[in-house]
This record gives sequence, structure tokens and C-alpha cells, in this order.
Amino acid sequence: MAHHADDSYYVPHGTKWPIIGSLGMITLMASAAFWVNGSVTAPWTFLVGAMILIYMMFGWFGEVIRESEAGMYNAQVDTSFRMGMMWFIFSEVMFFACFFGVLFYVRNFSVPWLGGEGTGAFTNEILWQGYDAVWPTGGPAEVGGPFQTIPAFGIPFLNTLILLTSGFTVTMAHHALKKDQRGKLVTWLLATVILGFVFVYYQAYEYIHAYQDLGLTLGSGIYGSTFFMLTGFHGMHVTLGAIMLLVIAIRCMRGHFSPKHHFGFEAVAWYWHFVDVVWLGLFIFVYVY
Amino acid sequence: MSIETTHSHDESHDDHHDHAPSGFLDRWLFTTNHKDIGTLYLVFSLLMFFIGGSMAMIIRAELFMPGLQLVEPDFFNQMTTMHALIMVFGAVMPAWVGFANWMIPMMIGAPDMALPRMNNWSFWILPFAFTMLLSTLFMDSGGPAAGWTLYPPLSLQGGQSFAFVVFAVHMMGISSIMGSINVIATILNMRAPGMTLLKMPLFVWTWLITAFLLIAVMPVLAGAVTMLLTDHFFGTSFFNAAGGGDPVMFQHIFWFFGHPEVYIMILPAFGVVSEIIPTFARKPLFGYTAMVYATASIAFLSFIVWAHHMFTVGMPLTGELFFMYATMLIAVPTGVKVFNWVSTMWRGSMTFETPMLFAIGFVVLFTIGGLSGLMLAIAAVDLQYHDTYFVVAHFHYVLVPGAVFALMAGTYYWLPKWTGHMYSEKWGKIHFWVSTISVNILFFPQHYLGLAGMPRRIPDYSTQFADFNMISSIGGFIFGASQLIFVGVIVHCVYKSRKAATAQVWEGARGLEWTLSSPPPYHSFNTPPPINASTVAHADEAH
Repeated sequence: MAHHADDSYYVPHGTKWPIIGSLGMITLMASAAFWVNGSVTAPWTFLVGAMILIYMMFGWFGEVIRESEAGMYNAQVDTSFRMGMMWFIFSEVMFFACFFGVLFYVRNFSVPWLGGEGTGAFTNEILWQGYDAVWPTGGPAEVGGPFQTIPAFGIPFLNTLILLTSGFTVTMAHHALKKDQRGKLVTWLLATVILGFVFVYYQAYEYIHAYQDLGLTLGSGIYGSTFFMLTGFHGMHVTLGAIMLLVIAIRCMRGHFSPKHHFGFEAVAWYWHFVDVVWLGLFIFVYVY
Repeated sequence: MSIETTHSHDESHDDHHDHAPSGFLDRWLFTTNHKDIGTLYLVFSLLMFFIGGSMAMIIRAELFMPGLQLVEPDFFNQMTTMHALIMVFGAVMPAWVGFANWMIPMMIGAPDMALPRMNNWSFWILPFAFTMLLSTLFMDSGGPAAGWTLYPPLSLQGGQSFAFVVFAVHMMGISSIMGSINVIATILNMRAPGMTLLKMPLFVWTWLITAFLLIAVMPVLAGAVTMLLTDHFFGTSFFNAAGGGDPVMFQHIFWFFGHPEVYIMILPAFGVVSEIIPTFARKPLFGYTAMVYATASIAFLSFIVWAHHMFTVGMPLTGELFFMYATMLIAVPTGVKVFNWVSTMWRGSMTFETPMLFAIGFVVLFTIGGLSGLMLAIAAVDLQYHDTYFVVAHFHYVLVPGAVFALMAGTYYWLPKWTGHMYSEKWGKIHFWVSTISVNILFFPQHYLGLAGMPRRIPDYSTQFADFNMISSIGGFIFGASQLIFVGVIVHCVYKSRKAATAQVWEGARGLEWTLSSPPPYHSFNTPPPINASTVAHADEAH
């Protein structure tokens, strides 16, 4: 195979990874469906599906990394990758927008209506008499029992500082990479990874506290639903982002990337900034207000 | 210009083989080639078209006469639900992605799609997703029966199939998002030098905007069905008023996805028709730039009209008014389009080959569906029309003689390019006339049924609706059967036709795809083609 990055666009030969990914995905998804329906074997097949997907990611990314390091991608291919990542992040933005939309809708419309506001007067009078709509709420039937909320200026504020700091450290790593200072690059990157995992640790600590001491669960009416769905999906994204940063850190230690060519690094940095920004929205609208 | 010189092969590139790999698995399972993946999409969607169509036949057979003859009401509901899910996500959307795969690289002068490996994955998720969806029909609980809109609380009572439907929708969404990312990256990054945005064929433009819509709304659908899942299995209260949630909120979220979704199905149709009419009118497209802006306007408006699907569910008056007026605004850019298509034909040297027949059929019949849409947009009268057969007639007019006719028009238009053979013009025309007559027998009476008050999604009806239902069903059976002609014409063209197609195929055809041989080389353009007056499809200098 000729390894060169000239003006020709790199169109790869056939690849087995997508079909392996599809097999992993259907195993995972079908198992998840059987699992929620009460199957006892499904958790194991779910695990098998996850393993296949992880194997696919190692194989697929590995192949792309080898081709990239061999210099087979020209500037146009690089732009395709950038656009792919940008639009993927846009799709993630819309996914979170859906849940933020839910939060705004219930707080501005459906909960006040249940409390008798506007056209909801009869709903309140006939169905939920005496329900006083104040946020946070478990709903008129107080689904899930009484609960307390987590104050914004405790762990959540600490986590805000942690994530903002991690945004700073990943930018420092980028500057180091551009100046080709490997030692600094790896140090700043590992600092970012550690901050990411510390965030996840505190988030887990907060969840345990909520479940054990505050009575706040996923079943605590609409407050619990929106709280855990928003922070939970965000926490999953932070975890994923931290793993991605770790992979990039390992690649940096192995000497991958150059001051000019490091799209993999930048993609993960973008992703990290994205979860950072989502957290700011969460901190303001879920915790503070 | 000479056709042979436009695709000079660069022999120095090992990765650009000119021929498809010989092994079956290599060719179809592991492929990274935009044409092969396009073919996979098109064949898959045709298969789904017939599976979804056979469900429609069951529906029309049950509705042939009043009373319950063939199926149980619950199975009838499964049929309406699955018919919609399959036609929307399995037939129309993948068919457009198939066209995008085949045509976009050829229309912008690229060797392939921007992300060829991901292209393979976006397709190969679909057969698995639809296997899972269809498998629910064989479960104890049967398939989903709450309508494709999956409104809670009804959808939450769906039994075993419910979770499978949710995860199948997730997989379709992942496939659509990856496909759309690929389309956008291809259009923005892979155009030949000189192919500026406002020189792109309109089909490319409409797909660029469609892909944006898909990336914006598929994640919202994913969020919506995820909340259904957690409400059902994990005790959340998103759509439960007792917990402070709201079942109507699901409808808002669903239609925030759902309304752009209907434009996702129709915008590429606008593109195809805008390619075909100039070719057979032998005139440049009237108002090319206006068409681009009209498409963008429709896409923008699609985000702020969703609650016109919900006029009867309870909404503040200001909401009803806003969504009514915003919806009616869509008639303006759509009117621009219809005007431009008609103006393109005005005083053209028209011939009526099969693609042109389907395109003209599209313009006329889609407009009928658009006008009934305007009627439905009026909140005050929608209170009467809502959930009646009038709505069924409306959206089938825009989807069947709308989107599906455009798919057929595009198939006939580009089939000679794809295969290198001409299809049978005689059988193509027979297909058109039988389809066009029967589709109107099928759907037009449904307007009257709806206005008279017949509800949708009901297997039985009052006897005063009997005659129109019988007429509609007869039309349905003829339309269903006539699609076998379509398959016959395609199979004949691919395997039997001896009549070779020239590179240009159609006398009036303009654009880069016609500068390639028929069939085109495996990698469309290994070197960027020159962009000039003779290779640009619509811009003023093209004609």
C-alpha cells in the first residue's frame, strides 16, 4: 500500500467494523429490551453486546489511527472528520435541548396548570383540589413521597469549579501540544482526566446521598425525573468524555499527534467543552433556580 | 464536452480501484462505496415499501365493508401503527438516503461520500432495527398498537413489544443521524473546485437542508421515547400528571420532531422534481435562487409549527393562534415552489417520458395535499377535522402521490444512469397511469369520509360510510397491485434490458452526473471535474 497524503481523497477499502458494530448494537439493544421485560439472561447478553461494541471501537479507531499516523489523510479528509464531529456534537446539543425543554415546560406550564393557573383552574378544582404548585414538586399526588433537594452551593458548585478548571487544563494541554512540549501536554491532559473522574465521583456521592438521606429518587415525581434524567445523562457524557481524554492521553504518551495534525485531540477537547457548557446550564436551571 | 475525458483515472492510487470487489460479502457487507450503499438503501426501502404496503392492504381489506370481517381490532391497530412506522422510517427516509448516496457525489464532482466507513454503518444498522421492530408482531402481546405517534398513556400500556419499539426507534435514529452527518460533510467539503453553493443542483440543496433537519430533530425523538421508557419501567413521571408531568408534553416533544420529519420526507422530493422538470421542459429551472430560499424558509418554519397537530388537546388561545398563523405561512414558500415548477414548464418544449409524468403528477397531487393542509391549519375548523379520515387523506396525498411519486420519478430518471440500460418506457407509462388513477380512487373519497365524520384508526364504521370506503379500498388494491409493475420494470431494466443508455440519457439533461458514463465508474470522480456552463445543472449560465 502506498502511504501518502497528496491531493487525492482517501476512500478506504471495504471494512468489517460497521457490521460488527451493528451486531453489537442489536445484541445490546435487544438485550436491553428483554432485560426491562424481566429476562434473567438478558443482562449477560447485554454485556456481550457491550463487549462487541467495545471491540468494534478498538478495531475501527485503531485502523483510523494507523492510517492517520501513516499520513494517508490529506487536509480535505481532516475537514470531513472535523465536520463529522461538529455535527455529532450538534446532535448531542439537541438531545440535551429535549430534556431542558421538558424542564422549562413543566416548570412554566404543566405544574402551574395543575396548581390552577390559567386554563388549569378546573383541573385543580376537580382533580387536584388543594394542590399548591411550588417547585420543587413531586406532583399533586406526591409520587415517590416527600424529598429534599440538593443545595446548589455545596457539591454542585464545587463540581462547577472542577469542570471549569478542567476546561482550562485541557486548553493548556492544547497549547503545549501546539508548542510540541510533550511533558506538559501529558501532565495537563492527565490533570483534566483526573478532574473529570473527580467530578463523576462527587456526582455519584451526591446521588447516593440523595437516595439514602434526602428521599430524592428517580421516582420523586417530575422533580426527581428531570433532576436525574438531566444530571444522569450529563454524568454519562462526562464519564465517556473522561475515557476519551484518557485514550488521547495514552496516545500522546505513545508519541501520536503533531503540533499541526491532532484532530483526535481537538475532537475530544470540543466534546469536553460541550459537556462543560451543558453543566453550566444544569447548574443554573436545575440547581440554582 | 467529451464524456470520456471527465473521469480520467489516476492510476497511482492503490485505494481507488475502478471495479467493485468480486466477493459477495466484500461487495455488499463490507462496502465503502457510495453507489453500492445507495443500492442497498434503495433495495431495502423497496422491500419495506412492500411490507408496509401489505399492511395497508390488510387495513383496506378490513375497511372494505362495515363490520369486523378479517382481523381483530387490536391487530388492526397494530397494522396502522406498524404501517406508519415502516413507511416513514423504513421506506421513504431510507429511499431518500439511497438517492443521496447515489447522486450527491456524482452531482458535486466527488469520488465518494466524505465518510465512507460510517456510510456503511448507517445503512447496516437498519436491517437489524427493522428486524427487531417487525419481530414484535410475533410476540405474545403483538406489535405496538398505539399509533406511530406513540402517545402516552396508551403507548405505555403496550406490553412486551413496547421496549423493543423504543430501542428500534433509537437504532433508526442513530442510523439517520450518521447518514445526515455524512451528507452534510459531503456537500460542504467534497464539492469540486468551482462548484459554489449556488451552483449546486437543487436535489443537493434540498438534501443539505434535510440533513440539517434530521440532525436537529432525531435526537429529540430519541429523548422522547427514552422518557416513555423510563416512565414505563423506571418510575419517572414525565407524562404522568399525578407526579407533576403532562401527557400533552409528550405530544409537544413528539411533534417538535414530527413536523420537521414530514419535511424531511418531502424536501428531497422537491429537489428531485426540480431536477426532472427542467430536463423534460428543456428550459432552465425558473427561479433557482428562489427555490433555494424557499426550501430554507420551509425548513425554518417547520420548527415553529408543531402544535398544529394538537389543536384539540388543550392549549392556551395565544398558542392556537400562533401555531395557526405560522402554519399558514408555509403556504408562501411552498407556493413559490409550485409557481416555479409551473413557470419552468411554461412554453417549454415538453416531452412526457415516465419521470416527467410522475413529476407532473407530483406537482398536481402534492398541491391537493398542500391545500387540504391549509384547511387543517385553521384551528377553528380543525376541531372538526381532527382525527378524522380527512387528515388521513391529507397526509397520504402529500406522502404517496407526493414523496413516493417523487421517489418513482427519480428512479425512472436516474435508472438508466445507474444501470446503463433504458427501462421499458411503455411499462413505465402504464405504471404511471394505473398508479395515478388508483391513488386518487384510493385517497380522494377519504376526504369526504372525514368531512362526514368518520374517525381514523377504527376497524369498523357506521353504514353511511360504506360506499366511499369500498371505493377507497378498491383503489387501494389496484394501487398496491400496480406497484408490482414498478418492480417488474426495475428488474427488467437491471437484468434484461438490451437498450444501452447514453451518458446524457435525456436530451435536455444538465449537470455533472450526465457527464459520466452510464453506468458510471465505480468511484465517481477521481479527479475533480471542471465546473463550467456545460456542467452546472441550473445556474443561469447553464442554459
